[in-house]
Amino acid sequence: MIELRDVSKVYQIGEERVRALDHASLHVRPHEFVSVIGPSGSGKSTLMNIIGCLDTADAGEYLLDGTPIEAYTENELARVRNIKIGFVFQSFNLISKLSAEENVELPLIYQGVRTSERRERVRQALAKVGLEHRSKHLPTELSGGQQQRVAIARALVTRPSLILADEPTGNLDSHTGGEIMDMFAELHEQGNTIVLITHDNDIARRAKRVVHILDGRLTEVTL
Amino acid sequence: MSTPLYAALSRPGPASFFNFTFLPKYATYFVNGVLNTLLLSIFSVLLAVIPALLLALMRLSKNRLIRGISGAYIAVFRSTPMLVQLSIIYFGLFNAIKIPNIVIFGFLRLNQFIPFVVALSLNSSAYVAEIFRAGILAVDSGQMEAARSLGLSQWQGMRLIVLPQAIKNILPALANEVVTMVKESSICSSYGCMELMWAAKTTAGATMISLGPYVLIAAIYFAINYPASKAIEAVERRMRRGDKQ
Ligand SMILES: Nc1ncnc2c1ncn2[C@@H]1O[C@H](COP(=O)(O)OP(=O)(O)OP(=O)(O)O)[C@@H](O)[C@H]1O
Ligand SMILES: [Mg+2]
Repeated sequence: MIELRDVSKVYQIGEERVRALDHASLHVRPHEFVSVIGPSGSGKSTLMNIIGCLDTADAGEYLLDGTPIEAYTENELARVRNIKIGFVFQSFNLISKLSAEENVELPLIYQGVRTSERRERVRQALAKVGLEHRSKHLPTELSGGQQQRVAIARALVTRPSLILADEPTGNLDSHTGGEIMDMFAELHEQGNTIVLITHDNDIARRAKRVVHILDGRLTEVTL
Repeated sequence: MSTPLYAALSRPGPASFFNFTFLPKYATYFVNGVLNTLLLSIFSVLLAVIPALLLALMRLSKNRLIRGISGAYIAVFRSTPMLVQLSIIYFGLFNAIKIPNIVIFGFLRLNQFIPFVVALSLNSSAYVAEIFRAGILAVDSGQMEAARSLGLSQWQGMRLIVLPQAIKNILPALANEVVTMVKESSICSSYGCMELMWAAKTTAGATMISLGPYVLIAAIYFAINYPASKAIEAVERRMRRGDKQ
């Protein structure tokens, strides 16, 4: 599913070079629920961007479903993100001028799914996160927890092979965060592959497998 | 109070503030002047939009060379006087390219219009580019992140998600740029563009009334720009209020 081998990423800020990822290797199999835990600035988001094909590594190899990512052009990468990966972000990142259902519909439009099928799948995805009754609301008219649930519906609606979440509970109170985590656990039970990034131990422990990241280096944690 | 200004104000004569006796004979100069000034300003800013967008996107590029080229253009045009830029473009570029001497709409002399529009819009591009850049940066970076994560390329995300949201920050600033151009375009009178400033200079020269024509165009510039700025402010306020709900 995901095969990272000795992946490195260096950021250059003026004179300073920051090694955001330092020979990171990670293997995630289908239907796994893996959490990546590390302190602020340890390289978590950099890792997520590379796994999610939003960014490319400077060195090393990344195979997604057996295909090396380096072989893809920018447009092909966009297509890979659209079809294979569902993203959930810390600050929800709903498109602000679109309603909940329009946000969920967006990735299907880019896939070229027919209107009638789109409607049905959007309805199902919103039902799954318990928000059918809020489908016409704009993001600003929803609470943080509701916005994140719309974001999860948007990530699920394409039936991606991988769900990638970067601190999905970071902007939520602990109760709402708990609800979102229950949702991820349920998605895992239904067979989804999930990589969840967090700096919170309790959240990380909800996953079956925990990977530590520090200064861009990954180490497996055995529970 | 025995300053020359006081004297000029208190005594009727050629230098008086309110000596508008030139008006009946020279009114057409001023009417054409207003039209030329407005067309010059609006066209310059409109023509600047595309190059400015390009400059702004280049400025936000990851590639250092592309960023540098755009940065250099903006720096040059913002750090040199507009009259100098106008002179170089007028004598340099338009010495090589000759514009035919054609009059359209009865008042617009092309060879006394196009070189100035080009010079002003090259200058305006640098300022409008900064307006675009600020407008784009004001859009939450999460919007681009979301757009790309849903399967758009960088450019599609910019075009379909970020730019439509940036427009609302950009439009009022763009309108303000027209207001600035209405004033700045007065330098075009130096090379015979028949806009408002030229109308005043020519009238003052021909009639020996040295103050009245300038007082008149000051009033005209004010009558154009002040209501325009107020209107832009009102629209901006309304848009901000619309944002909050
Ligand atoms: N676009 C960038 N340009 C320059 N440096 C960057 C960039 N993105 C990340 N970095 C640097 O790389 C390192 C890792 O950043 P990253 O965002 O991956 O950390 P993180 O673990 O996600 O942190 P946080 O918990 O605060 O989100 C940091 O030192 C950061 O300053
Ligand atoms: Mg991060």
